Amino acid sequence: MIDWCDKCEELMQPYLDGSLSDAEVAEAAHHLELCSWCAKRFRFEERLRHYVRVAVSEPMSAELKAKLSALRTPLDA
Amino acid sequence: MSDTAPTTANTRRLAEEARARVRFEEEALDLSDQVYRVARRLVGSREEAEDLVQQTYERAFRSWRQFTPGTNLRAWLLRILTNLNIDRGRRQQRAPQTTPLETEAGDYFLYNKLEAQLPEENPAEERVLERLSQDSIVDALADVPHDFRDVIVLVDIGEFTYADAAQILDIPIGTVMSRLHRGRRILKKNLADGVPA
Repeated sequence: MIDWCDKCEELMQPYLDGSLSDAEVAEAAHHLELCSWCAKRFRFEERLRHYVRVAVSEPMSAELKAKLSALRTPLDA
Repeated sequence: MSDTAPTTANTRRLAEEARARVRFEEEALDLSDQVYRVARRLVGSREEAEDLVQQTYERAFRSWRQFTPGTNLRAWLLRILTNLNIDRGRRQQRAPQTTPLETEAGDYFLYNKLEAQLPEENPAEERVLERLSQDSIVDALADVPHDFRDVIVLVDIGEFTYADAAQILDIPIGTVMSRLHRGRRILKKNLADGVPA
């Protein structure tokens, strides 16, 4: 017998990445409709991915930006 | 007359090349924020990331003719950057190269642990996410072994496609996908381990 919650845990990453087959998407979506426990964990994963992207983003310093700009080939008059 | 024609053609060619070069450099510089954002998480410190980005641009501007116009310039720059990063001996970096399999947990593990620590029954996922600080995420990512972290940084932070990540790292697409899958689990396990009990 299949434990659908276990199966959904396995499918979560490829489901959110959009890399499952249509049949697998339909299977997972069907279970998520019935199971709020799994649905919540999928929503958390989506938010987590976004949060990770924002949390680790560090802007470049103005000094480095200026240094890179200075690497440009000087234009001949 | 016969002397001046080739000279004019030559001048025109040089002018065209100069314009192409300026265009290339401008386009590359427009991407520098995105290149830095990825570089910063591929290496351990801000200084290293800045050095690496600067070297990348020096090399890119020197070898600009090797770039094929119309292809992905951001991926081309990142390919140079990851090669330079490997050249400079990434072994000094803090995370070990491999992680024992038994440290891995499933994809629900982090959520289950965080939710269990909240007093309320069935909390909203926003409340659960609030348990993670920005610093804890930075640390947890830095502690992912670099083979896995490289892929997470390129795909999940840099938003490169699997195909671009495969080309940048010179590994098959299937390896990108399996490292991404396992790397995200390691990241979440690190996050779970970092949460006070």
